[in-house]
Amino acid sequence: MTHTWLYAVAPAGPDPLPPDLPGGVADEGPRTVTADGLLAVVGSVPTPDFDSDTLQRHLGEPQWLERTARAHHRVVSALGGRALPVRYGTVYRDDDRVRALLTAHADGFRAALAGIADRTEWGVKAYQDRTDPDEGDEEDGAPEDRPGTAYLLRRRSARDRADRALADAAERARQVHRTLAGLADRSTEHPPQPPEATGVRDPMLLNGAYLVHRSRAAEFARAVTGLQRLHGPVLRVELTGPWPPYSFADLPIGPSGPSGGDAE
Amino acid sequence: MSAYDLAPELRQHEVALVDLLDRVLAGGVVIAGEITLSIADVDLVRISLRALIASVSSLVADGPTADGGAGP
Repeated sequence: MTHTWLYAVAPAGPDPLPPDLPGGVADEGPRTVTADGLLAVVGSVPTPDFDSDTLQRHLGEPQWLERTARAHHRVVSALGGRALPVRYGTVYRDDDRVRALLTAHADGFRAALAGIADRTEWGVKAYQDRTDPDEGDEEDGAPEDRPGTAYLLRRRSARDRADRALADAAERARQVHRTLAGLADRSTEHPPQPPEATGVRDPMLLNGAYLVHRSRAAEFARAVTGLQRLHGPVLRVELTGPWPPYSFADLPIGPSGPSGGDAE
Repeated sequence: MSAYDLAPELRQHEVALVDLLDRVLAGGVVIAGEITLSIADVDLVRISLRALIASVSSLVADGPTADGGAGP
């Protein structure tokens, strides 16, 4: 017994899927389901592992989550940019339900696909760069007579300096976002990743995503390079991608299922 | 495809898991699955993410945390 995991939706054009799609979340070979001129890339996943309760439990298992998230991403990436990624964890009972979904949302899918056609997503993260060599302890110059007060004053001034440096870096991060958003068709921001997730202690001040038309990709890349130089000592700017348009995949109509939305 | 021509130093070698989770778990079209996970809310994603970091060693391995309090 299997369920149907949904990876992405694409136009059912004349060009077939890449023949060598990588294995999916259950190591299954992804296949397609078509309806209404649309094509869903799906995989058959074993029911016992992918019913909602089990899925929820698996989410608490980091290795499982990483393995399946990477597998989902590999399949979506292999589709070569013409597919609308579907949220991880969208599972249907069978292929018929997927066909019904394509039919029910055909117009919305087509509009969303038009919005991402010939475009790709880039990620740009900016961290405050706090690796300044002057930050060491300035022991010399401390007055001898009231060491306690001097210490507190020194602490306060260091704190003020740090506050100003952070504010400056944050403002620069806003500038980076504005500049890049100006080159993109759409832009959005993800929450800054916490240091324990990035392994970087410097605070992340921008976690942006930009949907860029192919014709502007080179310009966008040059802009990122320019911003890296411009803000160099204060801000560390990192580019990731190209990504499938995960951050810009949305249906114009509200999310509701073919069998009636189950509000939750 | 040549539109992806980037300076070599801008190329991404490995997709970092955190970036992936921002997108795979919090992005993509949301449509009602019959068994869809209720992972849409960002908080849960973040919780998963933190749990992930705590125990996935591959991340810690390439993180430049010298003395940071990242993980056990």
